[in-house]
Amino acid sequence: MPTEADFAHIGKSVNIKGEVSGTEDLYVGGVVEGSIDLAGNNLVIGPNGQVRAKVQVKGVVIEGKVEGSIRASERAELRKTAIMVGDISTQRIVVEDGASFVGKVDVQPEATKPGAKTAAAQPGTSPGLPTLRAPGDRKA
Amino acid sequence: MKIFRNPTMAPEVKPAPAVERLTRRSSGLRELARLLQSEEPLCVLDLGSTSAANIRYLTERGHKIYSEDLLEASTDPELVSKDEDGQRVLDHKHFFGENLAYSTAQFDLVLCWNLADYLDESLVKPVVARLWSVMKPGAVLLAFFHTREAGPDAPCYRYHIVSPEVLEMQHVRSQRDLRKGPTGAGERSFRLQRVFNNRHIENLFRDFTSIKFFLTRDNVREVLVVR
Repeated sequence: MPTEADFAHIGKSVNIKGEVSGTEDLYVGGVVEGSIDLAGNNLVIGPNGQVRAKVQVKGVVIEGKVEGSIRASERAELRKTAIMVGDISTQRIVVEDGASFVGKVDVQPEATKPGAKTAAAQPGTSPGLPTLRAPGDRKA
Repeated sequence: MKIFRNPTMAPEVKPAPAVERLTRRSSGLRELARLLQSEEPLCVLDLGSTSAANIRYLTERGHKIYSEDLLEASTDPELVSKDEDGQRVLDHKHFFGENLAYSTAQFDLVLCWNLADYLDESLVKPVVARLWSVMKPGAVLLAFFHTREAGPDAPCYRYHIVSPEVLEMQHVRSQRDLRKGPTGAGERSFRLQRVFNNRHIENLFRDFTSIKFFLTRDNVREVLVVR
């Protein structure tokens, strides 16, 4: 489970244009335009975060604004403050009441692992998919 | 001197009003149940306000959902211009440049909800024509229309699918001020723009193959239209 300390931060006064890639979890509090590629890691877009980019991540939590396409190999979560314009492709999606979404949701079925049990119907309850928490979230 | 309030009492903190949700049985939705149980993944266009329940309901069944809040998009101030007579007009080219921009014959199902009753008059027919073009032959559209008895203040609802024949309805307000109220303050409620009678509805969907009406007890007609 990523904790706040595990996230690399892009602060709210930071404005990046170009390509962001890495192998650690990332918190975006500022503005990113271009692309974000964290194929095996998680991305959190904070309430003040604004992303206009093509995003490729393992899991994403959106609390701010996103314009672009998101490909999340495991999970995408739109919190109540999220404003998303673009397409989402993922295995699991959670949308809180109040979130605004314009675009396409394409939920790809999980690749069945040998001996793996069928995933639970409720998002975030599958043993193989830990709930992704944004920094500052309280633990349940 | 005690006026208005007992100073020994802490100020009363009123809980935030809960967002009221009403439920209704939907015959139109029940008719769609077989389609939604299809093994083939469907392409569904939801034209209401973002509904987490609808996204969950449809994606859990393996369908793709496209979500567009057309009513909110139609209130974008950038769409408004004035014609030669100084009358307020909506820029259709601008509107369709940003909304319903899909390839032809893409969708199997369109959830139109009560959009036509609240949408600006000038956009209703062009929107239906665009929907016709983005729907596959044989695709289905579900729409709701108020009857005259509903009255001009009939609230605009967001519809959440909770089961194959039950919807939850949540009063929806605009993100923008739509009009000036008597006090000069902006109001954010969508107002019913008109009431369609059955003939109007048939005319509106005259390019479609078939139309089926469902009468309900809450002053709303449900309509299923096949492309």
